[in-house]
Amino acid sequence: MLKRYNINTQILLLIGILIVIPFLFQNDFYYEIAILSILNALIVIGLNLLMGYAGQVSLGHGAFAGLGAYISVVLTSNYGLTPLLSIFISVVIMGLLGFIISKPILKLKGHYLAMATLGIGIIINIVLEVEEEFTGGVDGMSVDSFVVFGYEFDNSVAWYILCAVLLVFTIWAFENLIKSPFGRLLRSIRDSEKAANSVGIDVSYYKSIVFVISVVIATIAGSLYAFFSGFISPQEASFTHSIELVVMVVLGGLGRVYGAIFGAVILTVLPQLLTSFEDYETLVFGMIIISVMIFMPKGIASIFDKVVKKKEQNSASSK
Amino acid sequence: MIELFGYLLSGVTVGFIYTLVGLGFTVIYNSSGIINFSQGEFVMAGGMSTVFLLYAGLPLGVAFFLAILITSMIGIVLYKLISLSRDSSQISLIILTLGFAIFLRGLAQVIFDKQLHTMPSFVGEGAFEIFDTTLSYQAVLIMVVASAIVISLYLFFQKTKTGQAMVAASNNVDAAKLMGINIKKILMLNFAISAVIASIGGILLTPITSTNYEVGIMLGLKGFCAAIIGGLGTPFGAVAGGLVLGILESLVAGYVSSEYKDAVAFVVLLAILFFMPGGIFGNLKSQRV
Amino acid sequence: MPWIFEKFIGDYVMLKNFILRAMAFMFISSFVILGAKENIKIGAIVAATGPASFLGDPELKTLQHYVDKINKAGGVNGQMIELIHYDTGANPKKAVTFTKRLINQDKVVAIIGPSTSGETMAILKFVKKAKIPLISMAGAVAIIDPVKPYVFKIVATDRMACKKVMQDLKKRKLTNLALISGSGGFGKSMRKQCKEVAPDFGIKIVADETYGKKDSDMTSQLLKIKNNKDVQVVLNPGFGQGPAIVTKNYRQLKIQHPLYQSHGVASKKYIEIAGKASEGVRVVAPPVVVADKLDDSFANRKIALAYKNEYEKTFNSQVASFGGHAYDSLYIIVNAIKRAGSTNPTKIRDEIEKTKGFEGVDGVVNLSPTDHLGLDTKTGMVLLEIKNGDWTIVK
Repeated sequence: MLKRYNINTQILLLIGILIVIPFLFQNDFYYEIAILSILNALIVIGLNLLMGYAGQVSLGHGAFAGLGAYISVVLTSNYGLTPLLSIFISVVIMGLLGFIISKPILKLKGHYLAMATLGIGIIINIVLEVEEEFTGGVDGMSVDSFVVFGYEFDNSVAWYILCAVLLVFTIWAFENLIKSPFGRLLRSIRDSEKAANSVGIDVSYYKSIVFVISVVIATIAGSLYAFFSGFISPQEASFTHSIELVVMVVLGGLGRVYGAIFGAVILTVLPQLLTSFEDYETLVFGMIIISVMIFMPKGIASIFDKVVKKKEQNSASSK
Repeated sequence: MIELFGYLLSGVTVGFIYTLVGLGFTVIYNSSGIINFSQGEFVMAGGMSTVFLLYAGLPLGVAFFLAILITSMIGIVLYKLISLSRDSSQISLIILTLGFAIFLRGLAQVIFDKQLHTMPSFVGEGAFEIFDTTLSYQAVLIMVVASAIVISLYLFFQKTKTGQAMVAASNNVDAAKLMGINIKKILMLNFAISAVIASIGGILLTPITSTNYEVGIMLGLKGFCAAIIGGLGTPFGAVAGGLVLGILESLVAGYVSSEYKDAVAFVVLLAILFFMPGGIFGNLKSQRV
Repeated sequence: MPWIFEKFIGDYVMLKNFILRAMAFMFISSFVILGAKENIKIGAIVAATGPASFLGDPELKTLQHYVDKINKAGGVNGQMIELIHYDTGANPKKAVTFTKRLINQDKVVAIIGPSTSGETMAILKFVKKAKIPLISMAGAVAIIDPVKPYVFKIVATDRMACKKVMQDLKKRKLTNLALISGSGGFGKSMRKQCKEVAPDFGIKIVADETYGKKDSDMTSQLLKIKNNKDVQVVLNPGFGQGPAIVTKNYRQLKIQHPLYQSHGVASKKYIEIAGKASEGVRVVAPPVVVADKLDDSFANRKIALAYKNEYEKTFNSQVASFGGHAYDSLYIIVNAIKRAGSTNPTKIRDEIEKTKGFEGVDGVVNLSPTDHLGLDTKTGMVLLEIKNGDWTIVK
């Protein structure tokens, strides 16, 4: 549906929505959910690039987001660097780490790759819990304020604007990436690695690049989240969190950018709606995941496509 | 030197627990190529069901039987859900089984409760005294039963008609269909078997570690590591993997650091995936690209 | 296969409408619940599910039961209490989100909880900024030391538990202590406190092991302790299945030293799960656990006993001390609202701070601007020993 419009129109539409939504907010809490959704969406866009376009499953991305966030936080709180500089350094470190990890991992296929990412994720989680001196241990640690060039981000509106801008930028960059030769390369790798290899594409190099991009985005989003909430705990790097991220990607529809936003928003808002279920919340959540995977495995965005297809079919047949 | 023996013994005890959980993964993977992330919850279901059936007043034997039956039905339900799914890509199935795990945990919270529960040991509270340490009767029971299950599985798949049909079906689905083998029934049976094994494991475990609705999470992950480490191609893989894992964990806790004990399973998992992806015994299934 | 496609395209519109209608319904019904007369909204953040559910479950049950009771008796100052609670699964991230929701969306006047120390530390800055009084149900001493104006905690700290145990060690002339702690926040925190407090009692920590909360066997760690010639006594900070397994392994290994457990296992569940192995173990516990056996030095004896009986009757399960924290927190807030004659959060906070002589389940509470804990070591904790599967008080 959205493919009808070119990139710029889509972006303008997104900007429009982002500007209008706050007027529907009844109180500050809505901002909280919106900001969380956007930060999740950022990670999911990166993860989507990895899973949807490069076809590599990661069950450990929560750990990358968490580790990246911890590095930013520790550099700021314990070493006195400014938040921006800390995030930058964290990005560099995580990027390097991602690259190093990607080499052996991306040689694995299918299930094995998923398992490896799972293993790495859990190991990172345990390290964060055990190394108390750096991380504050299981109970986490509090995070200093986010001060950029002397301006302190201490209210929701400022954060919302920051996140919205970041989202628009990321989507714009992403869309351009997809349309570029690089994007075509990725798709050819996804469709058939063997074929791509045979025409001389260095498949492993490109898969690594994609992996690094997804780790870097996760680091940035994770760090911002830590600064926003003023607190960080090893839970960020937990297996549960990693699974939530994957569910967001699949819920929205693998390979679709807007699907990623969808998935992130739905899975961020859903727990808030489910609180009235109390004891049944886990049960209902599980049922929702199962239903979606059975009936809408291509994600919710795919439903859009079918609606459009049906409309097109109808209008074509009525001619 | 004596401590080493103690560590080994405790490692072997835990190892057999991991074996029982890992076996379930192996059976399902071998027949369908699916990794069932809700395997740990099958274990939980076995233990919790038995406990609550006992509370309801049923005799031990009946409780066992019913609990195993219930869990096997859960396994069949999962199979049905998987076959309903319109997308059998790996990622979809991984999430589906994960969703099922969450569902089962939620169900357990509501049907049972959130407390810890235990059962008295089935063979009494005694233990063998070996050197300066002890080996409880229950632990020995676990070893015996786990070994029995492994051997039965091996015999079943290699020697019986049904078992051989299953192996054939998993190796070449089309040929199997041509031979008149009912693939659906076979897959369903495999899920049921896997659930039965898991529930037996859960029942045997409960007197040692107690059970509650969350018990499946870590157990599932570690059993899964055990299966991969040993190799998914044969039930003996789960045994090898389980023992290696249990002993390594114990040694690390004893000689290195007890805080990093949990990490051992995943470090070994990574090592195996990088250097010996087939695991110790190898993976009979060819790589799926 | 195709028929499902079509069904869903058609249903997509229906689904969207349903969701919108459902949300509208929930939104409107929340108004109905609020009713024409203004309710007093008290928020609660509990870890009712997840790894700390043995804390949050009794806490939530207690809150719901007694809020109901208060309302049936006419409410507070003529208004009904509305308890708005959220379950965090002991996840600090969720605690933060739900705290913000309670403050901004639900507009509560006071918050009870969270259940764990990690979560409490995570939300402190938000209640401070919003000036909403918080009574935490967690154990860490850092919550009220240093004192923060809007934060209270009517729970005996892990520091107190350590002191109680070490007083007994000193009496029994045991000086070399081995620690084996669970790796959760509770275990880690108490371990830290015990290490800090030990020198004051002339006690040396000669071994320091830990185990994971999901571990099924602690033999390796215990073997290290057993083979350590210096060890005279062992303390196990932790909760859940861990301590029960430690206890069983302990007996299996025939370790002869006395074993002490923390208040994390101050419930009959521990005795049930650990079985015969728990015989002779000493457990530091909040007094409510043995409310029926307390003597007169515990002035709150009657309240504690009444709570214990009512809880056990209503919920058909053993009383858990954690529920007592919820009871005390609730009634202190309610009494403060009564005294303040208003629902202004700052006024409530002021009255909470003025609480004197409150007979709670956990003890007699006296708060002040410099003391936001209100309990004292002597009556805040008791030392118990397990004999014949039941608690006995150690004199």
